[in-house]
Amino acid sequence: MDSKVSTRSASKRRSIVSVQDLTKTFPTRDGGELPVLEGINLDVQPGEIVALLGKSGSGKSTLLRCIAGLIVPSSGTVSYRGAVLKGVNPGVSLVFQTFALLPWLTVQQNVELGLEAQGVEPAERARRALEAIDLIGLDGFESAFPKELSGGMRQRVGFARALVVDPDLLLMDEPFSALDVLTAENLRTELVELWQAGEFPAQAILIVTHNIEEAVIFADRVIVLGTNPGRIRTELRIEMARPRDRRSPEFEALVDEIYGIMTDRPSPAALVTTEQAGVEHVMLPHASVDGIAGLAELVLAAGEETDLADLAGVVGFEIDDLFPLVDAMTILGFATVDNGHIHLTETGEAFAAADIQRSKEIFREAALTRVPIVRRIHRSLQHSVDGTLREGFFLDLLHGHYSDDESRAQLDTAIDWGRYAELFEYDSGRGEISLPAPAGVG
Amino acid sequence: MSALRGLPVRAVLRRRFSPVDIGVLVAVMVAIYLVLRVGKGLTVSLSPTGDSSISTNPSHLPYDAARSLLRMFIALFFSMAFTLVYGYAAARSRRAEKVLVPILDILQSVPVLGFLTFTVTAFIALFPGSELGLEAASIFAIFTAQAWNLTFSFYQSEKTLPRELDELSRSLRLTKWQRFWKIDVPNGAIGLVWNGMMSFGGSWFFLVASEAISVKNQKFHLPGIGSYVGAAIAKGYLGDVGLAILTMIALVIGVNILFWRPLTAWCERYRFETTEAAEVQRSLVLDLLLRSSWPRLVGRARVRIAERLGRAMRILGRDDTPAPVPAGRRKVGDIAYWTLIGAALAYGAYSAIHYVATAPHAGLGLIPHCVVLGAATFGRVVVLLIFGTLVWVPIGVWIGLNPRVARLAQPVVQVLASFPANFLFPFAVLAFIKLGISINIGGILLMSLGAQWYILFNTVAGASAIPSDLRETMDVYGVHRWQRWKRLIMPGILGAYVTGGITAAGGAWNASIVAEVVTYKHTTLTAYGLGAYIVQNTGNHARLLCGIAVMSLYVVVVNRLLWRRLYHLAETRYSL
Repeated sequence: MDSKVSTRSASKRRSIVSVQDLTKTFPTRDGGELPVLEGINLDVQPGEIVALLGKSGSGKSTLLRCIAGLIVPSSGTVSYRGAVLKGVNPGVSLVFQTFALLPWLTVQQNVELGLEAQGVEPAERARRALEAIDLIGLDGFESAFPKELSGGMRQRVGFARALVVDPDLLLMDEPFSALDVLTAENLRTELVELWQAGEFPAQAILIVTHNIEEAVIFADRVIVLGTNPGRIRTELRIEMARPRDRRSPEFEALVDEIYGIMTDRPSPAALVTTEQAGVEHVMLPHASVDGIAGLAELVLAAGEETDLADLAGVVGFEIDDLFPLVDAMTILGFATVDNGHIHLTETGEAFAAADIQRSKEIFREAALTRVPIVRRIHRSLQHSVDGTLREGFFLDLLHGHYSDDESRAQLDTAIDWGRYAELFEYDSGRGEISLPAPAGVG
Repeated sequence: MSALRGLPVRAVLRRRFSPVDIGVLVAVMVAIYLVLRVGKGLTVSLSPTGDSSISTNPSHLPYDAARSLLRMFIALFFSMAFTLVYGYAAARSRRAEKVLVPILDILQSVPVLGFLTFTVTAFIALFPGSELGLEAASIFAIFTAQAWNLTFSFYQSEKTLPRELDELSRSLRLTKWQRFWKIDVPNGAIGLVWNGMMSFGGSWFFLVASEAISVKNQKFHLPGIGSYVGAAIAKGYLGDVGLAILTMIALVIGVNILFWRPLTAWCERYRFETTEAAEVQRSLVLDLLLRSSWPRLVGRARVRIAERLGRAMRILGRDDTPAPVPAGRRKVGDIAYWTLIGAALAYGAYSAIHYVATAPHAGLGLIPHCVVLGAATFGRVVVLLIFGTLVWVPIGVWIGLNPRVARLAQPVVQVLASFPANFLFPFAVLAFIKLGISINIGGILLMSLGAQWYILFNTVAGASAIPSDLRETMDVYGVHRWQRWKRLIMPGILGAYVTGGITAAGGAWNASIVAEVVTYKHTTLTAYGLGAYIVQNTGNHARLLCGIAVMSLYVVVVNRLLWRRLYHLAETRYSL
C-alpha cells in the first residue's frame, strides 16, 4: 500500500500537469448547479502528446482552460510541477481555435507579446521571436499584419507566439478546425515532423479536438470524454510510430474503435432519462429536421448497415455535425447504433422513403411518443384556456436541468421539431407557443 | 542580427529630405507656435465685461477662432482621458459597473447648458482673479458635451471584447499596463475615433453658448468666436455675424480634413476583418503624412518611451485569473457597499428636496409648475421630431439610395450637423420680429436648426446600408411606392432612424435653453417653457435645480418609454 502510494506520488512529481478529482459546475437560473465536468483525474508527462476527444458539450474546452488556469475549478485541483495552481498556469501556452491574433500588431509584434510580458529586453525579444518565426515556417512574414495572411499562416503565428516562450506544456484548443481540409492536413504534418525531429520547444502537448482522426494522428494517449456531465470514459494508448499513415489498417482499426466507443452507449448520454421533480426528461441534440431527413435518406441509400466513420468520410462531416443527427434519429426511434454502425428501423425506413406530408405524419407520431418535451408542450397547450402559452413557462421548466443558453437551445430544438410536425406554432416576437389554427375553420 | 535591425533607420536618415518632409516639418512648427501664442491669453486677469466692450473688429476673428479651437481640443483631451479611466473602471469592477453606468446614462440625458452657472462659480473659485477659471468652465461645458458618448463607446467595446483576447492576455500573463494599451484601447479605437468625431461636431454648439456667461448678473466673456458672435448680435452687426459664420464653416471643414479624416483612415488598422467596413476610409492628408519620413522617426522615439514606461508600469501587476471570493464574504461586501451607496443617495435626495422646499422664493410647489412648463417644451420637441421626420426621412432615403448623391451630400450634411445653430439665431429672430411670429412657435424652428440634421444624417446612413440584392428583389417583383416603403425601407432604416431621433431629441432639449429666450439688439423674446425658466432663474439656485431636474426627468422617461423600446424592436426584428 505504502509503496504504491509512493510510486504514484513519484509519477506525480514527474508530471508536468496533474489534475485531481476536478469538477466544474456552472450555476443555473433557479439557483442550482449544472455539472459540466465530473471526477476528472489526468496527468501529462514530459515527452507525450495527449488528445482530449469529445463531442460538443463534453466540457473538453473547459478542462483545457482549467489546466491553463483561466477557469477556476469548482472542486479538485490542478497542479503544475507539483504546486497547486492559484491563478494562471505559468508553464503552459495556448493555441486558439480562432487564432486570437491582434490585428493591429505585426506578426513579429504578436509573437513578441509574451516575451514582452516577461520583461525580456527588446534585442533579445526580437532574436527569439525571429527564431520562432523561422522554426514555424513564417520567415519573410515578420512585418506582415494578420489581415494579409491566409488562415493557415495565421495559425502559424499562433503557434510561434505559443512556442516562443518555451512552455513546458503546449495546450491546443481545436487548432485546425477553423482551417480548410488541405491547410489543416499540411499544418498537422509539419507539426508532427517538428515533434519527431526533437526540435520542439515544448516538452508535451495536450490537444483538444472533436476530430477522431486528428487525435489518432497526434496522440500517444487519447482520452475520450463523455457528455453531461463530462467524465473520462476511456483512455487509449497508441503505440504506432509517427508519422502515421491514415490508410494503414492499424490506423483505420483505431479510428473505428474510437467511433465505436463514442457511439456505443448502454445508456447513451443523450438518452439519459431522469425523473426529476416527476418530469420525464430527455436531452435533445441540436439537430435540424432537414439534417435528420438527409441522414435518413443517406443511410437508406447506403443499405443495411452503415459504418459511421465511412459515412462521415463520404459527406465530409466532422463528428460534431454527425453525432447530433445520429442521436436525434436514435431518440426518435428511426435508427439504432451499434459499435460504430448505424441501422435504420422500420419507422426510419418509412420516414426516409415517404413524401413530405407522409414524413411529417411519421415525424409527428415519433415526436409525440418519444420526445418528452415536445409531448409536454403539446399537452400543456391542449389544456390551456386559449391554446396559447408563453415560452417562459417552458424555459423555467428547462432551467432546472440546463444553463440559460442550453435551455434556450433545448426549447428552440423542440419548437423546430414541433413546428415541422405541425403540432404547434410559435410567435418569436411575443414569445408565445400556440396550437395550430384548425384549417378550414372560421 | 542587431546590425540588421539597425539598417532601416540609417536608411531613413541617409535618405535626402523630400519636399514632403519639409512641408510636414513646417506645418508642425507653425502649429506649435500658434498653440503657444494663443495659449498665452489663457491666464489674463479677469474682469466682468459688458457686451459692448467686446470688439467686433473682423481682424480679431482669426485669433478668436484659434482660442475657440484650442478650447475644443483641450476638452477633447480631457474627454479621452476621462473616457479611458471611467470606461475601464465600469467594465472591470462588478460593483463599480452597477453605479457608474446608470450615472453615465443620466449624465447623457441632463441638459448640460443649465449647469453652466454652477460650474462657472466653482471654477472661478478654483482660480481666483484669473481668466483661467472662466476658461476652465467653458472647457468643462464642452467636455460635458463630448465625454459621455465617448465613455459609453469605450465601455461597450470593453464589454464586447472577444473572449479569446481576454484569455490570450491572461495565458500570456501580460502586465495590466500592457493589456490596456495592446488590447483594450486598440479594441476600442474605432469606436473612440468615430464617436469622438460626432461628439466634437456636436460640441461646437456648447462652445458658442459657454464663452459668454452671466454669473450673479455680471456678464463674463472669453475671447472666442462665440463671444464675437454674441457681441455682433448685441450690436446688431449682421455683416460681422456673417463673417463669423464663414469662419465657423471654415473651422468645421478644416478640422475635418486635417484631423478627423486622417484619424478615421488611420484607425482602419484596428478593425477586425470580421467587421469589414462597407467603404474603406481614405484621407489625402494621411497619405501625405505617411509618405514623409516623420512617422518612422517619431515611431522609434515612441517605441523607446513606451518600452521604458512599460517597464515602470510592471508595478501595476499582471493580468491574472482572479481568485474566487467565498460566497459569504462576497455577500457581506455587497451588502456593505449597497448600504453605503443607498445611504448616500437617500441623504443627497433629502438635502436636495429640503433645499428646494426652504430656499427663498422657492418651495415644493415649484415642482408641478416646472412639470407644466416642461410639457410645453416637450410639445415643441414632439412637433420638431414629427416635422423633422416628415421632411428629412424621404430626403435622407433618396440620398442614401443614390450612392453618387450620397457621396456629395454626406460631407455637407456633416458640416450642417456640426455647425452651431446658435449662429443663425439672429437672422431667425429678425424674421420673427418682422413677420410677427410668436417665439412660442418660432422657438420650435430655432431648436430644430441644430437638431434636425441628426435625423437626416442617420437616415442617409441607414438607407445606404440596405443591401442592393433586396432592392433588386423589390424591382423584380414589382414592389413599388407605399408597399416598398412599408416592406423594405421603413424596417431597413428603423435602427438608424432611432439613433438619429434620440440624438435629435436630446439636442432639442438642450437647445431649448438657448432657444426659448433670444435677444436681438434691444428686443428680448421669451417663450413659455422650461428652457426659458432655467435661463431666467440662473440666479436662484433652488429654482434652477428644480428646472434642470424636471427636464432631466422628461428626457430619461421618454428615452425609457419610447426610444429604448423602438431600438430593441429594430435590433431584434429589423436588423439587416
